[in-house]
Amino acid sequence: MEAKNTAIIKKKERRSDLYRKLGPLIALIVLMAIVTVMNVNFIQPNNLLNLLRQVSVNALIAFGMTFVIITGGIDLSVGSTLALSSALTAGIIAAGVPSVIAIAAGLLMGAFLGMINGLLITKGNVAPFIGTLATMTIYRGLTLVYTQGNPITGFGGGFAFQFFGRGYLFGIPFPVIITTVAFAALFVILHKMTFGRKTFAIGGNEQAAYIAGIKSDRVKTMVYAISGMMAALSGLILTSRLNSAQPTAGTAYELDAIAAVVIGGTSLAGGKGRLVGTLIGALIIGTLNNGLNLLGISSFYQQVVRGVVIIIAVLLDRKK
Amino acid sequence: MKKVLGLVSVLFMFVLSACGAATLEGDQAADNGEVEEKTPEEITIGLSISTLNNPFFGDLQRGVVEAAEGSGSTVRSVDAQDDTATQINGIDDLIQQGVDILLINPVDSDAITPAIEAANSAGIPVITLDRSSEGGDVLTFIASDNVEGGEMAAEFIIDLVGEDASVVQLEGVPGASATNERGEGFRNVADERLNVLESQSANFNRSEGLTVMENILQSYSDIDAVFAQNDEMALGALESLEAAGMTDVIVVGFDGNDDALDEIEAGRLDATIAQQPNEMGRIAVDTVYEYFAGGAVEDEIAAPLELITAE
Repeated sequence: MEAKNTAIIKKKERRSDLYRKLGPLIALIVLMAIVTVMNVNFIQPNNLLNLLRQVSVNALIAFGMTFVIITGGIDLSVGSTLALSSALTAGIIAAGVPSVIAIAAGLLMGAFLGMINGLLITKGNVAPFIGTLATMTIYRGLTLVYTQGNPITGFGGGFAFQFFGRGYLFGIPFPVIITTVAFAALFVILHKMTFGRKTFAIGGNEQAAYIAGIKSDRVKTMVYAISGMMAALSGLILTSRLNSAQPTAGTAYELDAIAAVVIGGTSLAGGKGRLVGTLIGALIIGTLNNGLNLLGISSFYQQVVRGVVIIIAVLLDRKK
Repeated sequence: MKKVLGLVSVLFMFVLSACGAATLEGDQAADNGEVEEKTPEEITIGLSISTLNNPFFGDLQRGVVEAAEGSGSTVRSVDAQDDTATQINGIDDLIQQGVDILLINPVDSDAITPAIEAANSAGIPVITLDRSSEGGDVLTFIASDNVEGGEMAAEFIIDLVGEDASVVQLEGVPGASATNERGEGFRNVADERLNVLESQSANFNRSEGLTVMENILQSYSDIDAVFAQNDEMALGALESLEAAGMTDVIVVGFDGNDDALDEIEAGRLDATIAQQPNEMGRIAVDTVYEYFAGGAVEDEIAAPLELITAE
C-alpha cells in the first residue's frame, strides 16, 4: 500500500515535471502557429532572424536573472546596469580605446556593478528586492550624471564594435550568435557544474546549504555578478545597434527579463528553474511583440496581452 | 598582448568580411531606381510614432491614419513607447511586412539612423515627422515652421501693445532645435521693433517658468508682454504675474496644448502659436501620394502653425 502510494506520487511528480518542461515549449509553438495563420510573413526566415535578434537583448538579461531567481533573489538593477556600462563603454571608445578592449571593460564594469549588488545582499544583509531597487536608481542616476542626460553618439568604434550588434556572420545576426554562445556557457555552468548545484542548493534551503559547507555568500555574490555582466553584454549589443548610448536605455527591462524567467517555469521562491525555460520564455515574449506588430495590433493592447500571458503562465505553473 | 589580441580579432573580422561571410546591417546598396507608381489603394504605409502617451503624437498618428484610410490606403503603426530600441524593432517589423513607405517620428535623432539605413537597404523610402534624422537617406522631413511661429508671436505682440513695447522672452532647453528656431523667429521681428528687456531659459518647464518670471519681476516692474517658447512656461509665468498683480501683461505661449487652450478660453492667457499635429499627419500622407504619383518632393516641408486667441 505504502509502496503503491509513493509510486503514484512519483508518477504524478514525473508527469508534472514533464509538464513543467514541455508547457512553455507547447505554448511557444501554439503561439507561433496562431501568428503564422494570421500573417504568413511571420514564418519567413528573414522575419525569424529578425525576431531572434530582437529577442537576444532580453534573453541575455533573462539568463542572468535566472541564476539570481534560482537563489531566491531578484535583480531589479539590470536595466540601469545596462545603461551605465553602455555609457561608460561608449565613453572609453570615444576617448580612443580600441573597441575590443572597450567591450571587455564594459563587461567587467557590468560584473562589478553586479558584484556590488551581491555584497550589499550578502555582507550587508539587505533584502535583494530593496538592495537592487536602490542600486537601480543609483546606477541610473550615475548614468545621467556621466552623460549629462544626453545620448553619447558618433563615437565610431570601428568595425569590431559595429559588428557586435549590427553584424551578420554567414547570414546570421551576430547578436544571435552571441546569445547562443552565452546560453551554452551558462547552461553548462548552471546544470553541469558544482557552481550550478550550489546555486540551486542555496535557493532550495540556504540554511541546509550552509550546513553542507557551501559558501553561500561567495556563490550569491558571483551570481549577481553574472547577472550584471549579462546586462552589460546586452547593453553593448543595443549600443552597437543604435550606434548610440542612451541614458534612458534599458528602462523597465528588468520586468521583461523577470517575465521571461517566470514564463519559463522558474519559481520565484527559488531552488527550481531551468535555463532552457527562460530561453523559451524570452522567445514567447519576443514572438508576442513581433507578432502583434505584424498583426497591426495597437501597442496599448500589446501591453495587456503580455500581462495576460504572464498570468496564464504562472497559473499553469501553480495548477500541476 | 591586448594589442595583439585586438589586431588578431580585427584581422579575423577583416578576412571574414572579405569573404562576404561577415557583413553589417545596411551594407547592401538599395536598388534605388525609378519610383514605381502606385494608386492610394495599393499603398501600405508603415508608421512609427515615438510615444502615444503624449497627446501631440497621438494627434499626429490620428492625422496620418484618417487621411490615409480615407483615401483607401492601409496603415500599419507601431508605438516606440519613447524607447529607441523598441522603435528600431518596430521599424524592423514594418520592413518585414513589406510596407511601401515608412513615416517615422524618431524618439532620438541620432539613434534612429540605423533603422533608416535598414529601410534604405530594403529599398523602402522614409519620411521623418517632427524630429529629423542625423543619418541615412530620408525623402523629406516634415515639421512645424518654428521660425515662422516665433515671428508670428512677435507680430501679435506688436499688434496689441505697439512698437517698442517692453517684452520678456522665456526660452526653452538651451541648444534644443525648437529653442533655437523659435528664438530666431522671435528675434527676427523683435530686435528691430520691440524692446526686449530680458531673455532667459526656463527649460520648457512650467515651474521654472514661474520662478524665472518671479526673478525677472524683481528687476523690471514695467513689462508689456511675455513671449514663452512653449505653453508650459507661459502658464508658469502667468501664475507669477497674477501673484504680482500684473494681470494686464500680455502672455503668448507656443504649442497649443489643452491647458493653454483652456486658459485662453478663460481669458487669462492671451494667445498661443498652435502646432497642428493632425495637419502634419495629413501633409505627410499627401506627400506619400505625390511621391508615388511620380512627383518631386522637397527636402523639408513646413507644417502650418495657427495663432489662437480668445476671439
